[in-house]
Amino acid sequence: MAKPGHKLKQVRLTLPARPEDIAALEIGSVVFLSGLVYTAREGVYNRVLVEGQALPEGLIEASNVNFHCSPAAAPQPDGGYVIGGVTATASFRFSKYLGDWLDLTGTKIVIGKGGMPRDDYKKVLASRAAVYLTTVGYGTGALLGRGVKAVRAVHWLDELGIAQALWLFEVENFGPFIVDSDLQGNSLFAQQGDIVNQGIAKLYEGLKPPALHRYGETDDREDEVM
Amino acid sequence: MIENQAIEAAGYEIMKKAAIDIPEDYLQGIKGMIDVESGDLSTFVLQSMVENWEAASEDRRPMCADTGLPRYYVKLGDKARFGGGFTGIERALRSATARATQDVPLRPNRVHPLWRTEHNNNVGINAPEIEWSFEPEADWIDVTTVHKGGLFGSDYRMLFPGDGIDGIKRFLLDTLIAFGKRGLACQPAIVGIGIGGSKDTCMVLGKQAACLRVVGDRNPDPKIAALEQELKELGNNIGMGAMGFVGSSMVVDCHIEVGYTHTGGMPVSVHTFCLSSRRATARLMADGSVTYRTDPLWFTPYMRRETVEWPSQDTSLNRSA
Repeated sequence: MAKPGHKLKQVRLTLPARPEDIAALEIGSVVFLSGLVYTAREGVYNRVLVEGQALPEGLIEASNVNFHCSPAAAPQPDGGYVIGGVTATASFRFSKYLGDWLDLTGTKIVIGKGGMPRDDYKKVLASRAAVYLTTVGYGTGALLGRGVKAVRAVHWLDELGIAQALWLFEVENFGPFIVDSDLQGNSLFAQQGDIVNQGIAKLYEGLKPPALHRYGETDDREDEVM
Repeated sequence: MIENQAIEAAGYEIMKKAAIDIPEDYLQGIKGMIDVESGDLSTFVLQSMVENWEAASEDRRPMCADTGLPRYYVKLGDKARFGGGFTGIERALRSATARATQDVPLRPNRVHPLWRTEHNNNVGINAPEIEWSFEPEADWIDVTTVHKGGLFGSDYRMLFPGDGIDGIKRFLLDTLIAFGKRGLACQPAIVGIGIGGSKDTCMVLGKQAACLRVVGDRNPDPKIAALEQELKELGNNIGMGAMGFVGSSMVVDCHIEVGYTHTGGMPVSVHTFCLSSRRATARLMADGSVTYRTDPLWFTPYMRRETVEWPSQDTSLNRSA
């Protein structure tokens, strides 16, 4: 490779993550995890938070890391699973569940794709001593698949299917992830987005206006788009 | 004679190759972007992707867990002879899809759009799509599969002749910025732009430009080729790189395909093929042998119909004038 390695700080965390480990995470650092990680997305959130079903026994003690993920898992004749690629799904869609979920489970690290809506970092995550890690790419499916050493348990597989079930993974050097948010509620995505935004108006300078406008540029449906 | 069983076997093999092995042209394109990328975060992301592709090939596991929507593009030589008929080829490719979904494994992404029901094998109503094209004189069959991610990064807009190149630039910027934020488009991507045709043709041309042409390929029209380069640079000057971080890695390459369109309009579509540009092609020869490659060679001169004239099939009508 032309460039000799990158300049980002690297951190290895053993799970469950301790409060002091989480407090020490800096946005923009690269993180690898070892321990237990569980997957949960809208299927699980609905089941527990909306329908009121109990959490799987022992989950809270086992893991405080929620991965927004649907694994490419294939059931095997011996009852086990082959986990091929592992990548995250876009997290912003789960914003409405997140506060209640963190309160109920004590989850301190949320991993996913693309981060959360800007307001969530301070209000929802930092206020509960939790942070967000983003997957890289997206997706480093093969590297993350390598990091999954075993399936410790799978819950609600029949009811929710492979993609939506709650999987408990034993992971080792699981990553890379990038720290998106810290306990002050800062967000890397927000900071980077602000820098990119400064240059956007200039890109359109000199381009003539479109012949036909579109709803979406205006919210008033009584306007004409011509 | 090309047997149907051989078509199924080749279809199954390219499903595996597409999911696991990054095409060499795309890999080299990304390595070239790493060389010029100045953003630390964007550089780290691209270096991680290169490591990920190496891991995928070594472990024979999919490079990304979202294995997209598997589909096929079939090109038949005029002189190809095949045992199962056209519908036989379609049956073979449906079976290859279902088997590969279980064996690779691919994520069974395909569900009914309304009821969200599925067969857990990426097969269903109108799925996988199988598109057909033809090649004069040839006696082979090319089967290409593409597994493109489905959610973010593509858009369509009816522009007008007065909008000109400025209108295309404005639309491209809108699309890349909207879907580039936080990296929803999984950039840097091969960007395909369809210009002209009917609305549906416009979408198909842009999609095929993104998925069926390799990095470095240029449109045979020199002026369109120059526009491809110009739009690529425009995308890479947004100031945004991988994952929406500060950087310059947005467009690995830009491909434009055009079709004659309504005199009053200029429909345009933009498609981005993701960081796991999954494509693989098998050529089944008349002697039963099969070769594999990553360049679909889809846009042959005949494919664009540019050189195909319109003499009548009734030769008596061609004598006058």
